[in-house]
Amino acid sequence: MARRENSEINAGSMADIAFLLLIFFLVTTTMDVDSGIARKLPEKVEDTPEVVIKEKNVLDIVVNRSNQLLVENEFVEVSDIKRLAMDFIDNGGGLSTAKDDKPASPCDYCNGAKDPASSDHPSKAIVSLQSDRGTTYGMYVSIQNEIEAAYNELRNKLALKTYKRSYKDLLDDYKDNGGESLKEKIDFLKDSYPQIISEPEPIK
Amino acid sequence: MSKFKKKKKGLPAISTASLPDIVFMLLFFFMVSTTMRETDLVIKKPVLPSASEVKKLEHKSLVSTIYVGQSKDDRISGDKIQVNDKIIDVKDIPSFIFAERALRKEEEVKFMTTSIKADKGANVGTILDIKEQLRDINALKISFSTTKGSDISTNY
Repeated sequence: MARRENSEINAGSMADIAFLLLIFFLVTTTMDVDSGIARKLPEKVEDTPEVVIKEKNVLDIVVNRSNQLLVENEFVEVSDIKRLAMDFIDNGGGLSTAKDDKPASPCDYCNGAKDPASSDHPSKAIVSLQSDRGTTYGMYVSIQNEIEAAYNELRNKLALKTYKRSYKDLLDDYKDNGGESLKEKIDFLKDSYPQIISEPEPIK
Repeated sequence: MSKFKKKKKGLPAISTASLPDIVFMLLFFFMVSTTMRETDLVIKKPVLPSASEVKKLEHKSLVSTIYVGQSKDDRISGDKIQVNDKIIDVKDIPSFIFAERALRKEEEVKFMTTSIKADKGANVGTILDIKEQLRDINALKISFSTTKGSDISTNY
């Protein structure tokens, strides 16, 4: 056997090994991004003025401590909420509230059934979610998610019709690039279907 | 003349021997400088519900997190609320938020979000109590932390 003395170990591949380690850690390190359903709580005001709201403009969702659901006094499943909420919000059976700059007008972008017994206008439609203190949080989040999904789908439909782009696409674009015209479009969609969710005191 | 010609022959290769050192230095630098601000949970790790309509929380530095879950001790029942490594009472939430606000700049306060990481088995009552406390002190932006998934039937 030939014995070589002082032969150096080839260190050329050392860099590759180190790079491999570096890249492995870069890829596997997840900075767990926190995501969730965003909600804005109503501000606390001292003396709330009495507002008269027609019964038909409120979609009543009640959930009890056994996670059973009632929508408009009918027993339903969670998966039904999205459809029910969409039908309710998009109904457009009446006139919007008159504002200072524009008079009361019927909803010209609604695709609903125009049922006079359901909501008048998306800007008047209130979704009310009453839960029990004993309802599980998972159920509560699911319902919130379905309501959110209903609004998002309605806005998406309107976005496709008006701007030929999806609502999500507009939001992503605005987040990446910003811009006044995009903001205007998004605000228009949001104003067309404003999220009005009311959460009354829970059942004790 | 011949001496000069000999010198030109065969370019010496650039030594790459120090390349690993450079890369290792980079590796160590990133390892040391990356701080993972993790809170140690003193409650059982909450199993987050899943939802499809999630929004990512921007500006991580402006998020304060409230954990809700069961105690690690099985004999103690009921939901426990944890902030910053300790279990607190619902009534102490305002002081927690005030402490969080004091760490931020004045103009950033209105962008602060409270993320509620609650176990899907927690009671809505606890969550509503927290929301009420947050309303009292005008911390109105909240986020119900969830995992992203299209199947929500596992939530209940």
